Amino acid sequence: MLNKQYDVAKMNAQHESGRIFSSRRFHIDAPLFYALVLLSLVGLAILYSSSGQDMDSIVKQLVRLAAAFFAMLLIAQIPPHLIRYWAPLSFAIGLILLIFVLFFGETGKGAQRWLDLGFFRFQPSELMKLAVPLMIAWYLADRTLPPQFKHVIISTLMILIPTVLIAKQPDLGTALLICASGIFVLLFAGLSWRIICSVVVLAVPLAWAVWRFAMHEYQRNRVLTFLNPENDPLGSGYHIIQSKIAIGSGGIYGKGWLNGTQSHLEFLPESSTDFIFAVFSEEFGLIGTLFLLSLYLYIVYRGIYIATQAQHTFDRLLAGSLILTFFFYVFVNIGMVIGILPVVGLPLPLISYGGTSMVTLMLGFGILMSIQTHRKLLSK
Amino acid sequence: MAQRFTLKDPFREMQLFNNRAVFALVLITLFTFILIGRLVYLQIFYHEHFSTLSHENRVNIVPLPPTRGLIYDRNGVLLAQNLPAFGIEVIPEQVPDLATSLKTLASIIRIEQDDIDRFHRLRKQKKAFSSVPLRFRLSDEEVALFAVNRHRFPGFDVVARLMRNYPLKNTTVHTLGFVGRINVNEMRTLDSSNYSGTTHIGKIGIEKAYEEALHGTVGVKHVEVNATGRVLRILKQRHPQPGKNLILTIDAELQRAAEQALGENRGAIVALNPNNGDILALVSTPTYDPNLFVMGIDKTTYGALQNSPDRPLFNRALRGQYPPGSTIKPFMGLAGLEYNKIEVNKKIFCPGWFSLRGDAHKYRDWKKTGHGQVNLNKAIAESCDVLFYDLSLTLGIDLIHTFLGQFGFGKTTGIDLTGEQPALLPSRKWKKRVKNQIWYPGETLIAGIGQGYTLTTPLQLAVASAMLANKGKKIKPRMVKSIHDPKTNTTTHIAPVSPGILHLENPNNWNIITAAMIDVVHGKRGTARKIGKNTPYIIAGKTGTAQVFGIKQDEEYIEEEVALRLRDHALFIAFAPADAPEIAISVIVENGGSGSETAAPVARKIMDLYLLKKNKNNAK
Repeated sequence: MLNKQYDVAKMNAQHESGRIFSSRRFHIDAPLFYALVLLSLVGLAILYSSSGQDMDSIVKQLVRLAAAFFAMLLIAQIPPHLIRYWAPLSFAIGLILLIFVLFFGETGKGAQRWLDLGFFRFQPSELMKLAVPLMIAWYLADRTLPPQFKHVIISTLMILIPTVLIAKQPDLGTALLICASGIFVLLFAGLSWRIICSVVVLAVPLAWAVWRFAMHEYQRNRVLTFLNPENDPLGSGYHIIQSKIAIGSGGIYGKGWLNGTQSHLEFLPESSTDFIFAVFSEEFGLIGTLFLLSLYLYIVYRGIYIATQAQHTFDRLLAGSLILTFFFYVFVNIGMVIGILPVVGLPLPLISYGGTSMVTLMLGFGILMSIQTHRKLLSK
Repeated sequence: MAQRFTLKDPFREMQLFNNRAVFALVLITLFTFILIGRLVYLQIFYHEHFSTLSHENRVNIVPLPPTRGLIYDRNGVLLAQNLPAFGIEVIPEQVPDLATSLKTLASIIRIEQDDIDRFHRLRKQKKAFSSVPLRFRLSDEEVALFAVNRHRFPGFDVVARLMRNYPLKNTTVHTLGFVGRINVNEMRTLDSSNYSGTTHIGKIGIEKAYEEALHGTVGVKHVEVNATGRVLRILKQRHPQPGKNLILTIDAELQRAAEQALGENRGAIVALNPNNGDILALVSTPTYDPNLFVMGIDKTTYGALQNSPDRPLFNRALRGQYPPGSTIKPFMGLAGLEYNKIEVNKKIFCPGWFSLRGDAHKYRDWKKTGHGQVNLNKAIAESCDVLFYDLSLTLGIDLIHTFLGQFGFGKTTGIDLTGEQPALLPSRKWKKRVKNQIWYPGETLIAGIGQGYTLTTPLQLAVASAMLANKGKKIKPRMVKSIHDPKTNTTTHIAPVSPGILHLENPNNWNIITAAMIDVVHGKRGTARKIGKNTPYIIAGKTGTAQVFGIKQDEEYIEEEVALRLRDHALFIAFAPADAPEIAISVIVENGGSGSETAAPVARKIMDLYLLKKNKNNAK
């Protein structure tokens, strides 16, 4: 399976590693960094409002943010070839842990997601968020692109196994996200349009099959409620109805910071976590949401730019997948909050209150920064 | 793997990736615009809709019921008030152990299973932090007992609510009426917003007739609530406007005296001021306590009232329909004079009976032996039936109907109380319509002495007597003198209404009849001469005895042998002082026997109290 490209990469890696430890250069992508800091600040501001001006939550979130930024900057210092080197192993560990969780996992909120390692609880699915795109990028980067059919099949299998395992926990949101991140790698790798079209055509009967056989009752309810929230205004439709009221009542200019009634009077459930975008829209209106979307879009564009600038196929595929996954996050969360997607329980990146997924996300940005900054060194 | 070895082409791969990156950028932008489109839809096009929903979410409108207006008598005696009634209410979320607390409380004050069942039923409908009533109508002793043990019952509290109360109890029930809980039918016709906080409504009497004035205007409190319904703050508030206070024409002292004068008898009294129609007393016995109905009467008590043969719930003064008996005679005499069918001094012979030509039927006089030679004056004073048989035959039913109609018989008086009956003044037309029969002359005869089809209410008799006292000035009886608005502290007097004057061809005829009525009381052989003694004022009156029980021909009416409830009703109408009347009165004692024996003394007591007290007051 050896080929020329692989050897070149290996050589470069050795070359680079020699440089990094001798260099005092700090690896950071300033545009991305500042955009992320700005986003975090917006997140803290709206959390201050949605939590009912609870400084305790702010401090906790600040600590998480600090940890996540630290992790990001740490990863950014590691050259991409090392990351690439660890890809298969992290995927294998993640897969084993996922199987482990299936049998020995802690149950929380009706789902088996957690692994209690004694000193801290850990979600293997978080690891998989990075491990799957890493693995697929690692696998495809060594093959000729666009990928041959059998490579597509093998990649698909590597995507589906963790996806199914996570969906079984059940954690539909994360499963979708991981599935998407793998597929994004395939798309960037040049998956043929014929396959893409056939999958889209096949999706309809597949969706029926998933609905019929693979979905839990609560997941089906979510979809049904999504299709018609008013059906069950006090039950599962309540989230969507209240969130639409919050957003719609915000209008163009919003009710003003700390003045959102829907969240402060507890009409809006999960107002600090999955539905925080509704609070933001209520208080800052359309102008605020356009600003927030622009910020997200800027980060995504920057990520795509970094991907196109990368000189190794692995780096490109990984960067493209990570940034598209980030957008997927944003789109699914906002889409569910504004009522055009079912409620799947994904947080709004860097805005929603909560820790685990934020760290994973920032690790992804760390990888992006690593790809960007190490490329520059290399090109000199 | 060696069959198809393809060389990796970095430049081609980069181009491929860039193509895909552009594709991704297009997709990302497209999807972002989907989000923006949806946000514009929600935040601009449907902004108003969602704004309204958001407002409705957070703002609850709490009605503040107005305080019901008070009712006073003409002298300022309080007749209807609002008293705090104590009950125990529980806030379930503050009670650590509800079951034990309820059990312990039951050992201190009386709590029945019904109370507990209702409590649990109400609790399910309410939020955990809202107060749920457990017991109503605590006695003072129970309130004290609970207060002492208050610390043992966290979440339990004594709550006072304003409840309508009638301090004179039974005495005022047939005038004031009472309030009761709003029922389903009333709910349908009520102004639901004005009554949104009101639990009680006037059911009968003044309370019903003046419901609008007494009720007042509801206030509202806009409160901000959270999703669980807890009130966070008051946004704005409009205070309720209390109901207006009523000052009645009733004299509470007179009312009570009249009630006592009737004693154990069933009957009715209406006393009014003939000059302006002010009802001074309006009594119907037996009575009952209106306070029972305010809190919701229990079934047994209500059943007892409902099924009592004495019919205490029945307002005899307004709705009781009695044959007027001989009290109709002054009016008949006036009709005879007015239509020139009788001369003042013309005498006829009364043998004790009267019969129509060609008919063997004997129309009896109450005095079996007859009155001998009688003129109009003597016929009224001694209540000779034979003269009036003769007179009514001469007048004919049509003239009788027309003339008596002018005194308000057969029509409602228009008093400001609900439920008044028009009673019945018969005519040919009426008989044709109702019975589909022609009018017989015999019926004219008995109509002439107030028997037969003729029915009157005590109120009608009082109003008609007032017309005699007024020499033709008609009055509209009224219960409310003035209305006091507590908000502006202004009193609006209600001007008395006179529906007109009955002009006689010869106004002196009034005096002739009044003189005869004075002779009823003060004449040597007047039927009510017993009450005419030792009066410092002159009374004009007329007794009446209305048959309840038909006596067959050649049968004696022996009072002792007739069952109590088949005895004649005793009636008496009067006004005094005869020269300048200040009070007109009608008294009916059911099965009282004769008017002179039972009804007239009642009237005397009332007139004494009113006229003598009034004179005393004037003297001061």
